[in-house]
Amino acid sequence: MSWQVVIGLEIHVQLNTQSKLFSGSSTRYGGEPNTQADWIDCALPGTLPKLNQAVIPKAIKFGLATNSRINQYCEFARKNYFYPDLPKGYQTSQLDKPIVEDGFIRFCVDDANEKKVRIERAHLEEDAGKSLHEDFHGMSGIDLNRAGTPLIEIVTAPDIRSAKEAVACLKTIHTLVRYLDISDANMQEGSFRCDVNVSVMPSDSDTFGTRCEIKNLNSFKFVEEAIAVETERQIDLLESGHTIAQETRLYSPERKETKAMRSKADAHDYRYFVCPDLLPIIVSDEEIATLKAALPELPRAKRQRFVKDFALTDYDAQRLTETKPLADFFEDVVKASKANAKLVANWILGTLMSAANDENLDAYATPISAERLGLLLTRIEDNTLSGKIAKTVFAKMWESELSADEIIEQEGLKQITDTSAIEAIIDDIIKANPAQVEQYRSGKDKIFGFFVGQVMKATKGQAAPAQVNQLLKAKLSTS
Amino acid sequence: MELQEVEQLAKLARLKIDQDHAEQLRTECSKIVALASQLASVDTEGVPAMAHPHEVSQPLRPDEVTESSCKDALMALAPAQEEGLFLVPKVIEEA
Repeated sequence: MSWQVVIGLEIHVQLNTQSKLFSGSSTRYGGEPNTQADWIDCALPGTLPKLNQAVIPKAIKFGLATNSRINQYCEFARKNYFYPDLPKGYQTSQLDKPIVEDGFIRFCVDDANEKKVRIERAHLEEDAGKSLHEDFHGMSGIDLNRAGTPLIEIVTAPDIRSAKEAVACLKTIHTLVRYLDISDANMQEGSFRCDVNVSVMPSDSDTFGTRCEIKNLNSFKFVEEAIAVETERQIDLLESGHTIAQETRLYSPERKETKAMRSKADAHDYRYFVCPDLLPIIVSDEEIATLKAALPELPRAKRQRFVKDFALTDYDAQRLTETKPLADFFEDVVKASKANAKLVANWILGTLMSAANDENLDAYATPISAERLGLLLTRIEDNTLSGKIAKTVFAKMWESELSADEIIEQEGLKQITDTSAIEAIIDDIIKANPAQVEQYRSGKDKIFGFFVGQVMKATKGQAAPAQVNQLLKAKLSTS
Repeated sequence: MELQEVEQLAKLARLKIDQDHAEQLRTECSKIVALASQLASVDTEGVPAMAHPHEVSQPLRPDEVTESSCKDALMALAPAQEEGLFLVPKVIEEA
């Protein structure tokens, strides 16, 4: 029997505010434990929440960028459960009237074909603290620095049909929230994490199976792996005549398996009710219009423009638009250079990116500024440099502050493009190697490479390769 | 209201109650639910749901860090602590 997997995502995105959702404590990552939790965060009696004004426009921007409806009247609700890292005994969240509802997002998976996934909702809520279970002689340690940090939880419809699609969807949202400047989306620091709902059904069915939720995945790789092993587990169970229990599971990257959490069956009885401590949020038409007008060019539009205006492949355009600073850098280099955009893309995604990766830098923030790279690529375009020698110049630029022109001048690296000079060298080589010439003329084409090598050796690699090929062919076949 | 529901609520609220008390709470809670249920008899056809009776919206504050650490004062309230962490009986939700 063949099976179809059905996937929905719940993504927690930490909003990049200075202070918390309901208090003036810092949201900075990595502080000493419990130094960034105040009376409100710790739920001391008599405290009241004070809503941070920065979170509303950030949530609305996400809604506008995902073609969603903005609920102009929305309210907070209490989600009640007991856990030591939740000092209030409830999480302030949104239930019936989330700020963002009913949108969609489009993305590419493998090729240029777009997939559309509906966004059911995105609501504002606060994060919980952190529980640490090691080394406290049978006790758990609680750090409340993260308690009250503002999040939006984005919930997609179960429209995703493979682990690959899930990762592509997640990456698209990851890119989007950074373009919108609403989150740093740093996965190592937990600013962007994901729960995945997985079920399977027979391929010819359209009735969803029972789903399991895999919680707290914080890397794209783990999302892909967890979906794969969970899908396999569910299919095995069904094929051996068992049923799937709806439950929450955790993925272990070491063991490559998911396991049911030891939660109590009633953990999901949250007894939501509207938070009596908070009044409704009312969003005006003007505020939405202002935010809409100020939206940046979004990744999808930018990608399409790069393909259209710069004749890039979808793949290159996708990679160049992954972050806004990288896309801006690319456009700056194109502006600063006479080279064609394809060459610029190749250099940024190839030589520059690999040099940047070696030193753990972003490609747009290396010693090679857009202007410096632009000039180097101009020198390839105008035939001053071969691609190969340009890499030598690039390496020297990385180590110094010199421009490409200064290095070419100093090192005498200018490409030889003078036809008569190259011809003279070729003549000498033909004269010195009669046996090889004979072999070539009797049909041994492979020996051609030997002649190219000789010319390059004689010119220290500075002869223009295309020109060398052309002149060599002519000389070898005639004289 | 069933006794079972009272016991479930007590469990969710981490309240330890004995049988006699549960029966007493069942009676009292049933009365409260019945009282609130009277609202259901009002015809609300066409009336939008309302979370708050006032025509005001939530006041907002600027996104500024206004609080410095009050860790020492908070720690003084905690029955157990170590390395700056509040200590609680082990809770673990692991695979």
